[in-house]
Amino acid sequence: MSSLITLSILAILVLYLGLYKAKNALLPATLLGLAGALVLAVLEWNGGAQPIYSGMMLFDNFAIAFTTICIFSTMLILLISKDYFESISEHVAEYYTLILFSLAGILVMVSYHNLTMLFIGVEIMSVSLYILAGIRKDDFKSNEAALKYFLMGAFSTGFLLFGITLLYGATGTFDLTQIRDYVIANPTGISPLFYTGITLLIIGLCFKVGAAPFHFWTPDVYEGSPTLITAFMSTVVKTAGFAAFLRLFLMCFAPLHDFWMPALLVISLLTLFVGNVTALYQHSFKRMLAFSSISHVGYMLFAIVALGVNSSNSVFIYATAYSIASIVAFAVLILVKRQTGADNFDSFNGLAKKNPFIAFTLTVAMLSLAGIPLTAGFIGKFMMFSTALAEYHIWLVILAVLNAVIGIFYYLRVIVAMYFKGAERNEIQSSSYFNFVLGFSALITVVIGVYPGFISSLF
Amino acid sequence: MEILLLQIFIPLIAAAVMLIAGKSARSLAGVLSLLPLAVTAYMYVNFVPDASIQYLVNLPWVPQFGINFKAGVDGISMILLILTNLLIPIIILSSFKHEIKNQSAFYALIFFMQSGLLLVFTALDGFLFYVGWEIALIPIYFICALWGGQNRIQVNLKFFIYTIAGSLIMLLAIIYLHLQTPNNSYDIAEFYKLNLDSSTQGWIFWAFFLAFAIKMPVFPFHTWQPDTYTEAPTAGTMLLSGIMLKMGIYGVIRWLIPVAPLGFHDWGLTALVLSIIGVVYASIIAFTQNDIKRLIAYSSIAHVGLISAGIFAWNMQGLQGAMIQMLNHGINVVGMFFVADIIIRRMGTRELDQLGGIAKPAPKLAIAFLIIVLGTVALPLTNGFIGEFLLLMGVYNYNIYFAALAGLTIILGAVYMLRMYQKVMLGVTNERTTIFSDIDTTEKSVLLIVSVLIIVIGIYPQPILHISEAAISNLLEQVNQKILVQ
Repeated sequence: MSSLITLSILAILVLYLGLYKAKNALLPATLLGLAGALVLAVLEWNGGAQPIYSGMMLFDNFAIAFTTICIFSTMLILLISKDYFESISEHVAEYYTLILFSLAGILVMVSYHNLTMLFIGVEIMSVSLYILAGIRKDDFKSNEAALKYFLMGAFSTGFLLFGITLLYGATGTFDLTQIRDYVIANPTGISPLFYTGITLLIIGLCFKVGAAPFHFWTPDVYEGSPTLITAFMSTVVKTAGFAAFLRLFLMCFAPLHDFWMPALLVISLLTLFVGNVTALYQHSFKRMLAFSSISHVGYMLFAIVALGVNSSNSVFIYATAYSIASIVAFAVLILVKRQTGADNFDSFNGLAKKNPFIAFTLTVAMLSLAGIPLTAGFIGKFMMFSTALAEYHIWLVILAVLNAVIGIFYYLRVIVAMYFKGAERNEIQSSSYFNFVLGFSALITVVIGVYPGFISSLF
Repeated sequence: MEILLLQIFIPLIAAAVMLIAGKSARSLAGVLSLLPLAVTAYMYVNFVPDASIQYLVNLPWVPQFGINFKAGVDGISMILLILTNLLIPIIILSSFKHEIKNQSAFYALIFFMQSGLLLVFTALDGFLFYVGWEIALIPIYFICALWGGQNRIQVNLKFFIYTIAGSLIMLLAIIYLHLQTPNNSYDIAEFYKLNLDSSTQGWIFWAFFLAFAIKMPVFPFHTWQPDTYTEAPTAGTMLLSGIMLKMGIYGVIRWLIPVAPLGFHDWGLTALVLSIIGVVYASIIAFTQNDIKRLIAYSSIAHVGLISAGIFAWNMQGLQGAMIQMLNHGINVVGMFFVADIIIRRMGTRELDQLGGIAKPAPKLAIAFLIIVLGTVALPLTNGFIGEFLLLMGVYNYNIYFAALAGLTIILGAVYMLRMYQKVMLGVTNERTTIFSDIDTTEKSVLLIVSVLIIVIGIYPQPILHISEAAISNLLEQVNQKILVQ
């Protein structure tokens, strides 16, 4: 809980630092504050959490784990943001502040114990992101991204809010425990309002995480936003969205499995196919990442379709693996784009010759996203498949395997471009911050892949 | 210190050493490749040829999922350890003649792959087996795609996607079996104990079979193979054909049939028929090839088809024949590709039509090549004979007509192999081949090792047959009992 307070104060502090033109202090102060929040969160591990603030929030292990990974990923993203924000805008402090506010919203999203808090968390996060997406004021694409994101986001929030209202209408409460009690107490006579509420919530949450057929905003928004913001949206925000999704279903809707499971099953399959097949046809690396991130949503939905004791673990590992690998991908994309000015696959040609280290880390990241053993991504996929098979969704897993194969096809294209295609190019100069983030992320990816034991049994 | 851990991890350490070796990588690789062979020799000497699992390692890996680092060696694994660790030094030695760009990475990848192969051949845990299976794939993909020929990118993409699709389906089956075990374990012994109904075992059979059939490859899953073999660098081709395809054969013996005996009971015949179709089909195509590497590739499909047929016949002769023939095929095909490489390197062509009369300027090569050809066509007193004889006997015991069809390999094999030999080595020399220089010391030593092995195993195969005998008969009994109970 103290990490949320730390974060909020930090955000205001950073804003003031910007006001007094202390540009050089921005990044260190932000990172330091985040590190502090991270430590505070971890300290509460296994603290026997009780709902606090009149049952509004519950900072249990689930919340702590997802808080940790979200803060951690944000730190990695901020580490590679050195010079990046300066190069695209003069108002650097606003970036940091908005990211921090957004992160504060995320913390609420992963630790809510009351549906109003879910709504507030989602809004705090989203409003900051709307601005971040459009922060390149003179850029058409960035403006388009912001507008699209805002319209779609507002629309989906409407669904979310309507769903929450209907649940309130059926149960008379916003509190998760009481809603669960209501579901358990009325195994047969659940009000139709309640079912409608669940449906609307599913729609709203699917919008937020970008699951098909509610995904149409993602490619354009991801492509138009500044790359680092895209990295933030597709990793931290997505993880938080899933945590919120899972928390609600684990706590309240598990007994109504038969009602919502078929719908989510279809959504999950649709997401997989839409994301993967479209990613296959992309020429731009950034757009490929955007569509592939949709397909990863499909895999993560497995954990909710086959809701059970392992679900939190699976989502946690999958989200961690996916976030870290994506950050590497986006970091390398920034470097390559800075040099060549383009973000298509061809601009990666011959990278391995000139920058073997960067190429190697990107290879590890791509193999992880593709789910090849000895990388974290494999452990994530493996757990998802196990979770789904444990509930006897054999056909779902077979179709998922098919999708995994399609995925390998387009992830390999980058590796092929880097290693097997020659091109005249100069060495990319990357700062030590970049090298640290790339090396560290690759290392974590392999460590989780080889020895998943230390994070695979948190819950 | 567990000797088996040494065996598996020495290549991995060697791979790391390669990365920092720089210029001296080549000679260092030659020396380091002998270490695993030495460990295998030690293990062979201390190996008791009974049905038990020896050198067992069982360390907790991810205990909460029931995953252990469990590996051990029985007679079946022992032969494959010998195969792997014997061939890798030969393959590395045979690569010395090539100018390899970035050689430290090249040898590092070979060693990395060796680790994966050894894991596959010793793993007694489903998860570990799968991990080894994929670890072996990644390096060979890079070897073939980085140092390969013109179309390497497309061809290897097909190869990679094909094999990984098969193995992911296998992963599915492994996870499914894991969920069925009473204490949620990946231990192969627990898998053996399961009593699933025959329809479940049916799809498990196919899930495993797909992965293994693609790797071997069995008709009609072979379409990636000729292109990949042709486009790969010689060392890559040797790794693929000499060792990697044995992963599939080994998988059938160790995992597929014992884990799904009823699936095998229902579908074994189909698999057998596919194998025999592959034998005949590949032999006929091999006959029409004009490209020396493709010809060997197709002949490899034919030979592997026979091995697979021998296994699916599921009797002592067939299985024992498969065991020894895995070793023989590895030795012969590596020798074959090495000779092909010598010729291609000097002549700059793979076309049979443009060669001829090489025996005159290169008599030593002619002798070595002849020995390898004879081993491949299974002439008595060469290693191929004992293997194919046992395999055919196994198929014969199963069904006489199948044996007659499969026996065509021997005839057809002799026809296309001798045709190749004749076109390359005999006849009149043309302006290209007159200047062919005979083999030098490195080449001579590789060919000497290969031909000595061919003859020694041909004359005295007993030590090798003896290694796997007890393990095989134990396995046979265990599976047959399960089928009988049903």
